[in-house]
Amino acid sequence: MNEHIVKAYEDELNMLTAECARMGGLTEAAVADALEAVVRRDQQTADMVVGRDERLDVLQADIERKAIRMIALRQPLANDLRRTVAAMKIANNLERVGDLAKNIAKRTIVIIESDPMVPLTRSIERMGRLVVARLKEVLDAYTASDLERAMTVWSRDDEVDEHYNSLFRELLTYMMGDPRTITACAHLLFVAKNLERIGDHATNIAEIIHYEITGDEAIAAERPKTDPLQR
Amino acid sequence: MTRQRDDAHALGGSTTTPRAGRAGPKVSATDISVFYGEKQALFDVSLDMPDRAVTALIGPSGCGKSTFLRCINRMNDTIPGARVEGRIILDDEDINDRGVDPVLLRARVGMVFQKPNPFPKSIFENVAYGPRIHGFASTKNELADIVESSLKRAGLWTEVADRLQAPGTSLSGGQQQRLVIARAIAVSPEVILMDEPCSALDPIATAKIEELIDDLRSQYCIVIVTHSMAQAARVSQRTAFFHMGTVVESGATDEIFTNPRDTRTQDYITGRFG
Repeated sequence: MNEHIVKAYEDELNMLTAECARMGGLTEAAVADALEAVVRRDQQTADMVVGRDERLDVLQADIERKAIRMIALRQPLANDLRRTVAAMKIANNLERVGDLAKNIAKRTIVIIESDPMVPLTRSIERMGRLVVARLKEVLDAYTASDLERAMTVWSRDDEVDEHYNSLFRELLTYMMGDPRTITACAHLLFVAKNLERIGDHATNIAEIIHYEITGDEAIAAERPKTDPLQR
Repeated sequence: MTRQRDDAHALGGSTTTPRAGRAGPKVSATDISVFYGEKQALFDVSLDMPDRAVTALIGPSGCGKSTFLRCINRMNDTIPGARVEGRIILDDEDINDRGVDPVLLRARVGMVFQKPNPFPKSIFENVAYGPRIHGFASTKNELADIVESSLKRAGLWTEVADRLQAPGTSLSGGQQQRLVIARAIAVSPEVILMDEPCSALDPIATAKIEELIDDLRSQYCIVIVTHSMAQAARVSQRTAFFHMGTVVESGATDEIFTNPRDTRTQDYITGRFG
C-alpha cells in the first residue's frame, strides 16, 4: 500500500487503528480478569474489573470522535473509509464487551456467598477460556490485518453456543436438584449468557475485519448459528 | 491486498453489450484511440454510458478524460492534427460516420465547460440562439416558451424572469453556468457532457448545479468530468477511472468509491502516491 500524499492523514489513520488495538487489549484483559474473579471467587479482582470499565468507555468515545473528525476533515474513501468505519464499529463492540465483563464481575459478590459448585465452575471456566481465546485471536487478526485468522474465529462461532447450551442444561439440573442453589445458579446463568454474548461480539469483530479488508459486507448473513430455542 | 473478481467492465476491456431495443447504453464507445499529431492521448478506451444516468469520468490531470469527453460530440474534429480511431455509437448510429453532420450531432450531444461561457448577448438570446438556428420554433411565442421552459429546467427562471434582456455576462458565475446549461437544454439534446462544470464555483453554486444534474438525470444521459472525488461520488451512478490514456476501472459509483478493484484507482481516490 502506498503512503498518503498528506502525511498527517496517514498518521491519523494509523493512530486510530492503534488506539482501537489498545482498547482491544484492555477489553481482553477485562474479560479474562472477570472470569478469573468468578472462578477463583476473588472479590478484589472483581472490583478492579468494575473500576477499569470507565477507561474503556472513554477510549470508545475518543475513537468515535477521532473517526468522525476524520470523516469530516479528510473524507476518507475506499480502504481508508472502511478502515475508519471499522475502527469505530470495533470500538463499539469492545465497549459492549467491557460492559458484559463488568456485569460478570459484579455477580461475583453473590456467587461468593454461596457454597462452591466445583463442576459448574469448571464448565464456566472452560467456556470462558474459549471466549477469551476467541477474543484474543480476533483482536490479533485485527492488528495484523489477517483475514484468514479472522475467518477462523468467525467459522467457529457455534463452539461457544454449544458450551452455553450445555451449561444451561447443567444449571437447570442443579437448580432442580437443590433449590438453595437457585440464586447462585441464576447468576451463573447470566455469567454464561454474558460470555456467550462476548463470543458473539468476537464474531461481529471478525465480520468487521472481513469488511475492512475485502469491502464485502455480505458475510454477516451467512453466519453459522445454533439457536438454543430451536432445540 | 489482491482481489480478483469477474467484471466485464474492469480494466477497460471491450464491453460491447448486446442491445435489445433501447435497453442498452445510450452511448457506447469501443476501442477509442486519440492522437494529437504524433502523441497518443487515448489507448483503446471502451466505455458504455447508460441513458437517464450520470457517468463520472475521474482521473489525474492529463489522463485523457477530457479528450474522451470531447470525442462524444466530435469536438476533437476542430483541433488541427487530432485523429480519432474506434467507434462511438449513439443509440444505433456511429457518430463518426460520414453522413453525420457534426453541427446536428452537437445539438443532440450538448456540452458545458469548466468556465461558464455565455454569449455576449442577453439572457434571452443566449437560450434562444440554438433553437432559432436549428429551426425549433416557428413563432416568437414558441421561442419564448422554449426559453422559459429551458430556464426553468435549469433552475434559473425565478432568478432571471424579470431581466431576460440583461446581458448573460451580468449574472454571477453559478447563474452563468446554469444559463449555459439552459442553453444546452434548449435544443433538446439527448446527451449532456460536462467538463468540470463546478470547478470555478463556490459551494452554494456548486450545490445548485449538483441538484440540477440530479434533476436532469431523469431525462438525459449525462457524462461529467470532475476532479472532485466527493462530487463524482455524489452525482454519478457510474464512474470510470482514467489513467495515462486508458480506462483502468469502471463500474457502479458506490462500488468504485468504497471498494475499488484496481490499486491505481484506490491510490488515486484515497490520495496516495501512485
